[in-house]
Amino acid sequence: MTQNSGQPSPQEYSKMTEKYSKNTKSYKTIPKAFLIGGLICVIGQVLLNLYAMAGFDEESAGMMTSITLVFCAALLTGLKVYDNIAKHAGAGTLVPITGFANSVVSPALEFKAEGFVLGLGAKMFIIAGPVIVYGIVASVVYGVIYYFIGLFL
Amino acid sequence: MDMIWEYLKAFLVGGLFCAIGQVLIDYTKLTPARILVSYVVAGVILGGIGVYKPLVDFAGAGATVPLTGFGYLLSKGVATAVDQHGLLGAMTGGFTAAAAGITAAILFGLLVALIFKPGDKS
Amino acid sequence: MSKKLSANTIDLLNRPTIVQSAAVGGKKEGEGPLGSYFDIINEDSLFGEDTWEKAESTMQKTVVNKALEKANLKSTDMDFIFAGDLLNQCIGSSYGLRDLDIPFIGLYGACSTMAESLTMASIFADNGLANYAMAVTSSHFCTAERQFRFPLEYGGQRTPTAQWTATASGAAIVAPNGDGPFVKSVTIGKIRDFGITDVNNMGAAMAPAAYYTIKTHLEDTATQPSDYDLILTGDLGQVGTDLLIDLLMRDNIDISKQHNDCGLLLYDLEKQDVHAGGSGCGCSASTLCGYILPKMRQGKLNNILFIATGALMSTTSVQQNQSIPGIAHCLNISTQR
Repeated sequence: MTQNSGQPSPQEYSKMTEKYSKNTKSYKTIPKAFLIGGLICVIGQVLLNLYAMAGFDEESAGMMTSITLVFCAALLTGLKVYDNIAKHAGAGTLVPITGFANSVVSPALEFKAEGFVLGLGAKMFIIAGPVIVYGIVASVVYGVIYYFIGLFL
Repeated sequence: MDMIWEYLKAFLVGGLFCAIGQVLIDYTKLTPARILVSYVVAGVILGGIGVYKPLVDFAGAGATVPLTGFGYLLSKGVATAVDQHGLLGAMTGGFTAAAAGITAAILFGLLVALIFKPGDKS
Repeated sequence: MSKKLSANTIDLLNRPTIVQSAAVGGKKEGEGPLGSYFDIINEDSLFGEDTWEKAESTMQKTVVNKALEKANLKSTDMDFIFAGDLLNQCIGSSYGLRDLDIPFIGLYGACSTMAESLTMASIFADNGLANYAMAVTSSHFCTAERQFRFPLEYGGQRTPTAQWTATASGAAIVAPNGDGPFVKSVTIGKIRDFGITDVNNMGAAMAPAAYYTIKTHLEDTATQPSDYDLILTGDLGQVGTDLLIDLLMRDNIDISKQHNDCGLLLYDLEKQDVHAGGSGCGCSASTLCGYILPKMRQGKLNNILFIATGALMSTTSVQQNQSIPGIAHCLNISTQR
């Protein structure tokens, strides 16, 4: 008969697991995320200034910057460069809009094998979909509040 | 000199947004998708209560390029649309403001998927 | 004839023989410490196919044909084939083996499948139900990533406890008689769940199952860890290995001298950036079939325990916040009857 003499409780086991699981080396990951993420924002600022110099108004220059960054991220995803940068950058390539682009492009490319409609088309937003769902819903909620505040002020 | 200060501000603020994201990844085990959702919703809220605009004025792309900036853009678009069209604006403002980014992602996503082949990781 | 020794353990009295085995791997596996032991290393992870799933099937077919070729047998000589993989509905096996015309039994034991299939093949051979029975499994990094995690081009960061799914496959042919290595006894594990929910820590989820199965096997066969040259777990990786040794130590069973793990053998953890180690059906299958069994045939290893471990969750159960159940099956393989 097997006795469960040494068998730990789930709480104990969870503690044991923590003990043996190496922690992420945050002293490396956080500075790298800061550096690469900051750099992407600097590239954004360069683009913003270039488009402003080219005669775009502030809003259009902002849009053009977004479009350009999305394009670059899409291309780098196709070239299998983005995921290799992201391996080091972590949140540094996740948080900027380029990360959003990567999360749209990568499933589109990967699931092309399952067809252009149900693969590429349907799975394009498996990661980024929730961002749009909750972003848009939040904006609607804000819009309604903003409207009613406007009525009473 | 002004130019350098401008880029430095973008670098520091943008980097800070990413560093916070990395803290969330390392210490909360939040999945990337959840972090993106949190950032966009946080951007909408911060934009709504008027905190984010000063940050954009200060840091430029450092505040607009991270996904909180995307949320801020949504809130700004909704406010503008509500001013113009009343309550209907709450329904249209978000997507209108986000149109460029989302359309670009869809279009370039499709093109890249058509041109490139998926590849193994090293 | 097989004899049931206890609730879990079966004594295979005729001592069926593993007559031949073969292993196929991908590029990364070829670059690892066991690279030279593979029968075939395919630099192209697509194996000449146009999708990853087809690639995995082709890999499995390749390893079966290689094992047959090494044993000088034809596919028609096989009475049964026991096969499985990680993909939904086990398509890696069913598509890979559909042209072989061998009576087919598909198995799912997640990464424990090599022990599961080899157990079944050995029991069939031991009881005279097969002159030859084959056990085969595979896993492919790319099919596993796109099914369980993210698209390959997605920029994600792995946690230090995450493991790397091996692109590898192993096959073994079992016969009732032969010169060994012999399968002496098997212990069928029970599902064990100590409440781990982190999908990036499979080793921790599977260690309790390995602990239970090893402890049970030692008790049922009245043996000590020191009776074995090697106690080889499937793919616990670094975290699971530490946990397993700790769990057994609490019962005063010390396996630290004999223990090793396929997930730690297959890759150079630091240089190949695989974090906590290798995983996947193909990890333990290729290590056993390509490295360990040939060593036994050469007489460099004599008496081993092979315990492949599996994590029995699905993407659905994980998204519904269920904890991860583990399973482990154990075979005692020896050069002595």
